[in-house]
Formats: sequence, structure tokens, C-alpha cells
Amino acid sequence: MRIVVCIKQVPSTEAKVQMDPVKGTLIREGVESVVNPFDEYAIEEGVRLKERYGGEVIAVSMGPPQAKDALRQALAMGADKAALLSDRAFAGSDTLATAYTLSLAIKKLGEIDLVICGKQATDGDTAQVGPGLAQRLGFRQLTYVCKVREINLEGKKIVVERLLDEGVQVAETTLPALMTVVKDINQPRLPNVISIRRAARTEIPIWGPQDLNGDQAKFGFDGSPTQVVRIFTPPPRAGGQILEGEVPEVVSKLLDALSSQQVISI
Amino acid sequence: MALKVIKERCTGCGLCVQVCPYNAIKLSDENVAEILESCILCGQCIEACPMKAILMEEKHGEEATGYRGVMVFVEHEFGRINHVSFELLGKGRELADKLMVPLCAMVMGDGAKDMAKEVGAYDVDEICVVDAPHLREYQTNPYVREAENIINEYRPEIVLIGATTLGRDFAGALATRLETGLTADCTGLDIDLEKRLLLQTRPAFGGNIMATILCPYKRPQMSTVRPKVMPMPEKVTKDGAHIIEIEPISTPKDLLLSILDFIKDTAGTVNLADADIIVSGGRGIKGPENFKMLFELAQVLGGAVGASRAAVDSGWIPYAHQVGQTGRTVRPKLYIACGISGAIQHLAGMQTSDIIVAINKDPEAPIFKVANYGIVGDLFKVVPEIIRQVKERKAKSAVS
Ligand SMILES: Cc1cc2nc3c(=O)[nH]c(=O)nc-3n(C[C@H](O)[C@H](O)[C@H](O)COP(=O)(O)OP(=O)(O)OC[C@H]3O[C@@H](n4cnc5c(N)ncnc54)[C@H](O)[C@@H]3O)c2cc1C
Ligand SMILES: Nc1ncnc2c1ncn2[C@@H]1O[C@H](COP(=O)(O)O)[C@@H](O)[C@H]1O
Repeated sequence: MRIVVCIKQVPSTEAKVQMDPVKGTLIREGVESVVNPFDEYAIEEGVRLKERYGGEVIAVSMGPPQAKDALRQALAMGADKAALLSDRAFAGSDTLATAYTLSLAIKKLGEIDLVICGKQATDGDTAQVGPGLAQRLGFRQLTYVCKVREINLEGKKIVVERLLDEGVQVAETTLPALMTVVKDINQPRLPNVISIRRAARTEIPIWGPQDLNGDQAKFGFDGSPTQVVRIFTPPPRAGGQILEGEVPEVVSKLLDALSSQQVISI
Repeated sequence: MALKVIKERCTGCGLCVQVCPYNAIKLSDENVAEILESCILCGQCIEACPMKAILMEEKHGEEATGYRGVMVFVEHEFGRINHVSFELLGKGRELADKLMVPLCAMVMGDGAKDMAKEVGAYDVDEICVVDAPHLREYQTNPYVREAENIINEYRPEIVLIGATTLGRDFAGALATRLETGLTADCTGLDIDLEKRLLLQTRPAFGGNIMATILCPYKRPQMSTVRPKVMPMPEKVTKDGAHIIEIEPISTPKDLLLSILDFIKDTAGTVNLADADIIVSGGRGIKGPENFKMLFELAQVLGGAVGASRAAVDSGWIPYAHQVGQTGRTVRPKLYIACGISGAIQHLAGMQTSDIIVAINKDPEAPIFKVANYGIVGDLFKVVPEIIRQVKERKAKSAVS
């Protein structure tokens, strides 16, 4: 079975991205980049499925040259190969252009049975690239997967559990498919020293537009219909109030406040 | 390169350098603004430049003409129309009025004609209805095919979809088929009347930053919109909407998934997306058995139960309840955090709640920074007391 895992490098949440209120600029002190948290589950699931059914796992990322670090982490976790899509021409991509570019890279990799993405990236929080990619590839779309029950390679069938609002849906479809995964699906492993060394030695090719058989006008800024026109910090939350007193008194104050604001109806 | 500096106009004042959030502009040796590679085209320098020396190079793109109207996708599950669809009809009405264009809705399903009647009560001009048995439950492929067909036929300039679990599965696929822009999880929508463009505002980076996004050259302009942000509109009594029945273009063969089973959440209280009130527990809850107390509080208040990742990872409560960066983003009217410290990853999923109440014994816990009301104390004393007093008040109001 050949599996592609799409991963994105994102700024760590701990590195608070905030606006400097005076200068109006982004403060990005100590911005550390990490693999998008949901994508760690995607990598782990790819590797587990390979261990269960055989085959190989290829990690793909689009981003600046330092996104190689994210791919190295995927290799250290057990991916066999990796490819980085990095070029000036890809800069400014929105989700439409990102999914388009990734789909070309996946087509270049030959026959693929399963693509795994994270549910969403923690920087943009869009959850759009997975579904977009499934459409571009013409693969079956399985979002919010919390468990892969079974894959039947001869029959080209996959059975998964999807975490929806009101419960868990058990769905069967045919391969090739694309699934986006949520945290419940597994517990990502910590790479060991040997695998980290192996990952460090693995060659990661960098692909640009010339390596992808696509329409140049659909890459990067030109291929991105959405434009960010303004960035600002939301107004801070209204000043908090600590309620003081003995427990019954505090609770009574709280309930008075909540019902006077009609948040609760008692 | 898409930002252009007109050298003749640039006076080298450096205002653009100051406002650039990405340090992507410098003054060259000739004292002229120069755009660097790190530019993400946010456009703040364009506004800041007193000489109008910085321009966005026009993008080549198809003409965005021939599209007219606002279209709302009506989402339903188990035969019930989702609340967010009505909220979108309210917002859609406002946008359509500003543009002086019709407001349309699209309803697909088994019994869609009946659902259309419900939708028609909300001041909609036209409703496109696709009624077919195989559309009973949502599946990506047939729904996207039907929507694509409707949009290609009726050419709305704006399409609004709820940013729900279902809506995001649908919108991402649909926008790709239409090859247009899609802005996720908007919390604000408005019209730039001069340019007749949809201004889409949304949180990013877990709510630490807001961004306003446009889709100037492609149509339709599509957004998913967060539930419970737009107010619920009033029903109107007028002649009712014009119903347009559309023949389905999909068939049962388009159902690419076979649904083998649906395991409904047994507690029936997980649906965090729908809840107006969420009571959440963290590591301070100490063990699985103590979540009972929170379920009871949620029940007396008519809410749902959430949890921090620490509580989920300890195995005290299933993942479906997790709120935060790697769980769900919620925006209830009232969020009560019990024994949760307020780590940034947790805040990312709940800090846009209307009112936050925090109960924590550590006065220094960061959750108090975002809480409207804080109670410093032992949750094992406070929560039972809240339950007791709520019950008492309810009993009283029942008598009077
Ligand atoms: C990539 C990544 C993603 C993450 N995603 C999420 C996410 O989606 N959601 C999430 O929640 N976290 C997430 N986290 C984890 C997050 O960083 C915190 O570890 C977690 O939120 C802490 O949970 P907590 O507040 O319940 O526990 P703690 O931080 O241990 O806080 C427990 C609190 O309970 C209080 N307490 C204890 N006993 C009592 C008592 N008797 N009465 C009152 N108060 C009491 C304590 O004072 C303390 O403040 C993520 C972390 C990472 C690295
Ligand atoms: N630049 C990228 N390179 C590789 N994968 C990506 C990229 N952007 C998004 N993805 C994948 O798409 C998922 C959803 O991202 P998003 O739609 O941005 O929230 C991520 O979890 C990744 O699996």
C-alpha cells in the first residue's frame, strides 16, 4: 500500500503571535516552528497502516526551505521518503492553490492508495486543504477519521470511523481515498536515536513549479482567489471580576450576575 | 511580485516600513521603499502610504461579472435544519439588501420541499429545492454535485455555509470544484459597497489575530460562518419565497460511502457545537467519577460537557468532549471552566465564548485573565453549591 501524508510546518502556539499595540507590527519573538499538531497523528497513522499492511509512506510538505525540519520529523517517525515543495512561485498560496499544488505532487508520485491529512492546521484553522485535495485527486473524501477499522487491499476497500457532532459514523468506501484525522486516532510515537539519524541522512528532494506538470497561473499568489486585506488584534476581553466571599455567597453573586445578563434563565 | 512601488512617488518617509507586520519592506540605498521576499501581501503599507506610491498589481483573473445574489446552503441532520442555516439567512438578508440583490437558499434532501417551507418563513426570495430519496443524509459527493449544478445555473455572487463539521466537509470540496476562494470560519461579514465585495473577517492563530479577507476576482465569494455568531432572525409573514424545484443530477450511485453504522453518543450531551452553555472540566476534576458532577451541572443549566486535553488524555472522558487547539473550537453564551488552568492551547478553543466563568483554587491560573467571573476556590465545594442553588431558584420560580 502506498500512502502519502501531507504535513505543514506551523508556528508553535506557545510562541505567542501578537500585535505590538504601539508599532502595529507582529511580535514573533522566539517563534519556533513545529509540525502542525494534527499532522503528527496523520504521520503516525500512515506509519501504523504501513506496519499493518505493508508498503511505503511518503511525507509531502509545501513551505519555505526550513519546512524540511518537519519532513525530517516525519522520516524519524517512520516515513520512508519525503518531498518538499518550495519555490518563490508557491508563495502566497491560499487553500485553493495549496491543494492544487499538493495534488500535482501526489500525482507525480505515481499510484497512491491513501492520502492522510490532519483535520486542520493550527495557524490558518481552515480544514479546507484536505477536502480540496480529495476533489483535485478524484479520491473518496473521508474527513474527521478517528479510527481505521480495516483495509482490504485486494478488494480496494477501507472502513473507517468518523467523529461527527452527534456520534461516530462507520463508513466504508473504495480506495484510493483521502482522509483527514483527529487526535483520537492514535498516540504518536517519539522517534528514537537510530531513526533520527536515519532521517538526518535521508535525501529530501525539493520540487518547484518546473517539476510539477501544472498550470503556472494556478500556483501561489496568482492562483489564490482570496486576499488578506487587513490584520488586527481582537479587542481584549472585558476586564474580569473575581467574586469574593464564602462559597454560598459567591455562588449566589455569580447566579445573580448570570441571570441579570440573561445568560441563564432562572 | 505583486506589490509595486512607484519610485517617482516614493519620498522615502518610511511609514510603510513601520506598519509592515512582517518586516518585509526596507528603504533602498536611493531611499526608495523596496518590497522584500517575506511580503505576504497584507496590504497595510498601501493604506499607510501618504503618497499612494505602493500599489497592488492587478491580478489576471476571469471577470467577476454575471453573478448576482446571495445564496445560503441549508444544512440538516437527522431531518432537522441546523440553527446556523437560519442565522445565515438573517445575515444573508442584510448583505443582499445592501447589494440590492435577491436572497436565495438551497435545500437538498429527502423531503426537501417540506424543509423549504420552514426556510421560507425567514424572508427569503427564492429557494432552490432538490428533493430526492438518496439525498436523505448528507454525503459529500452528491451534495457537492447538486450544489455545483445550482450555482452554475443561478450564479450567486456570494455563497454562505455554516462552519460546522458537515459544512466544512462540504464547503472545501465545493469551492475546489468551482475553483473559487473560500474563507473559513468567519465571525464577521460585511459589504464594501464601492467595490461590491464581501468583507470576510475571521480569527486566526487560535483567536489571537483577526484577518479580513476578500475574494475580488473569482465568483462566487464563499465563506463558512461560525455558528452562534450571527443573531437568529425573526420569522416574517409575507407571501413566501418563490420555490424552484430542480431535478437532481446525482443518483444513488453517487453515494460513494456506505454507512455501516452510526454510534450515537450515549450520554447525548457531547454536541458542543450546538450548546449555549458548556461546563468544562480539567485536571482539577481529579478523576472520571467526578465528571458526574459536571454532567449534573450541565443538565440543570441545559448545557453540554467539555474537557481540557489533560482530562481527556487521562482517560477520564472521551475525546469528543475536548475543547481547544487539538479538540473543538466552541463559542457558547456561557463557558464554565472547572479546574482548568487556561493553557494557551485550551484558550484557543474557547476564548471567544460570550461569558467565561472560571473556578480554580490557584489565583494565579491564567484562566482568570480571560474569565468574566472568577471564583478562587475548591471546585468540589463550589460546583455542588451551584447545582444546589440553581435547583433552589428553579423550584422557587416554578412555584411563583
Ligand atoms: C500541540 C498541543 C495541543 C494541545 N491541545 C490542547 C487542547 O486542544 N485542549 C486543551 O485543553 N489542552 C491542549 N493542550 C494541552 C495544554 O497545553 C494544557 O496542558 C492543558 O490544557 C492543561 O489542562 P488542565 O488545565 O486541565 O490541567 P492543568 O494545567 O494541570 O490545570 C489544572 C488546574 O486545576 C486547578 N485545580 C486543581 N484542583 C482543584 C480544585 N479542587 N478546585 C479548583 N481548582 C483545582 C489547578 O489549580 C490547575 O490550575 C495541548 C498541548 C499541546 C502541546
Ligand atoms: N503547505 C502544506 N503542505 C502540506 N500539507 C498541508 C499544507 N497545508 C495544509 N496541509 C494539509 O492539510 C491539512 C489541513 O490544513 P488547513 O486546510 O490549512 O487547515 C493539514 O493538516 C495538512 O495535512
